[in-house]
Amino acid sequence: MISFSRVCKRYPQGYDALKDISFTVANGEMVFVTGHSGAGKSTLLKLVAAIERPTSGTVLVNGQNVDTLTPRAIPFLRRNLGLIFQDHKLLFDRNVFDNVALPLHIIGYERREAARRVRAALDKVGLLAKEKALPITLSGGEQQRLAIARAIVHRPSILLADEPTANLDADYGGQLGDLFRSFNQVGVTVVIATHDQQLSARLKPRVIALRGGALDATLAAAAA
Amino acid sequence: MTMIWLSQHLRTIGATLGKLARAPLANLLNAVVIGVALAFPAGLHVVLSNLQALSRQASAAPQISVFLAREATAADTARLKQRLEKHPSVRQLGYISKTEALKELRASSGLADVIESLERNPLPDTLVIDAKETSATALEALRDEIRRWPGVEHVQLDSRWAQRLDALLYLGQAVVLLLGALLGFALIAVTFNTIRLQVLTQRDEIEVSRLFGATNPFIRRPFLYFGAFIGIAGGVMAWAIVLGGVYLFNGSLAELSRAYGVALRLTPMSWQDGLSLLAFAAGLGWLGASLSVNRHLAASGVALS
Repeated sequence: MISFSRVCKRYPQGYDALKDISFTVANGEMVFVTGHSGAGKSTLLKLVAAIERPTSGTVLVNGQNVDTLTPRAIPFLRRNLGLIFQDHKLLFDRNVFDNVALPLHIIGYERREAARRVRAALDKVGLLAKEKALPITLSGGEQQRLAIARAIVHRPSILLADEPTANLDADYGGQLGDLFRSFNQVGVTVVIATHDQQLSARLKPRVIALRGGALDATLAAAAA
Repeated sequence: MTMIWLSQHLRTIGATLGKLARAPLANLLNAVVIGVALAFPAGLHVVLSNLQALSRQASAAPQISVFLAREATAADTARLKQRLEKHPSVRQLGYISKTEALKELRASSGLADVIESLERNPLPDTLVIDAKETSATALEALRDEIRRWPGVEHVQLDSRWAQRLDALLYLGQAVVLLLGALLGFALIAVTFNTIRLQVLTQRDEIEVSRLFGATNPFIRRPFLYFGAFIGIAGGVMAWAIVLGGVYLFNGSLAELSRAYGVALRLTPMSWQDGLSLLAFAAGLGWLGASLSVNRHLAASGVALS
């Protein structure tokens, strides 16, 4: 469960990225966070992952108050999350398999169990045949799917994706949408920041719309 | 839990060795720099401990040699011998006659030709005293007493030089410690810089690991192992340099010993000393890496939590 209560985020330069945001995402829900670029979508996801901290207000993730977590506790919060970044953040010095194995390695999975899970995740996104390939040799869509495999390999309870269909053609975007739906169907809470109308039309999620850092109910109603 | 901990450590060690092997030249050069820096105090330590063993041997059985006047007759010698045997400070008395002394010199020094050409024996009769009390003051008192006896030409305290050497060696030991400390700093500096470069080149990996829930110890661990391994490699290098040095030195010492008729040989570093050297190097490498990784993780902006 994710719960924002009167959350404001002001960056040090004085820019207000989020203004008085309150909403709740229940377990197993799929939610889209929409809005123009600069509306605060990425900041919202960063607050959930404790990459940024709120200036005021409370962010609860799985019952834990992110703001009061000690630095030592934050890694353990993040192990419940699967993060997909706009720029993928793949590691180009290692092959597909090792990229996906990283979260399991961090948690401390035994080698054989880790290999089994890595292959299951790669199979899920259709990259099983490319486990030995280096990320640089993959297409944009394949890199995106690799990032998704890495985000779900440790079976997180919450999947956060920032513009997952950006820079992909519509056909690929549709495939990714089906993938996210399949995760949601097995009980994963999915939060996707996007302004992809087609994806929204396909998945028909609940929409949280942001405009200039504030919630916009009319925009949300229009999108839904 | 312990199994996870252990397997993560083993995996890190494996990955670190792999990383070392992937840049063999750069890491070899690092090891050489550290090795040369460590070989200096380590080599000095070897020389010192050899000298120390020598002086300990000499000062363990301090002897007083009493050289009799050359014109002393057999009767004079016998009288002095008797007087010394009765002396309360004397534990044991040895006697080397001038003929024996000459024979020994001829046998051991390779100066046979020179000795053959002598018209008469230049050596005096000698009495060698093992004293009951071996403290420096007691020995000096005994020497001063005997020196005044008639028929005695010269009294020599054989352990004097050893005591002086001992004092000098203490000074040497202090120099080794100082040198070791200074060059230890060099080792820390080398690993500090190496790890700094690694943190910079692995920013992405560190950032992604953080985002997927890596703890600080998990992120630090490979760098710390790397620092320790660099240190150990440098320690092995230093050990090899010292061993090679001792080998070469013993080669030239062998010629010297033949010329002077004494057995001179450097004993190489003991296993214990060698392993201490490796542990010392590993510890300093670890320390340098730890300082570096803490500093640069904080400074590089990837310290998200």
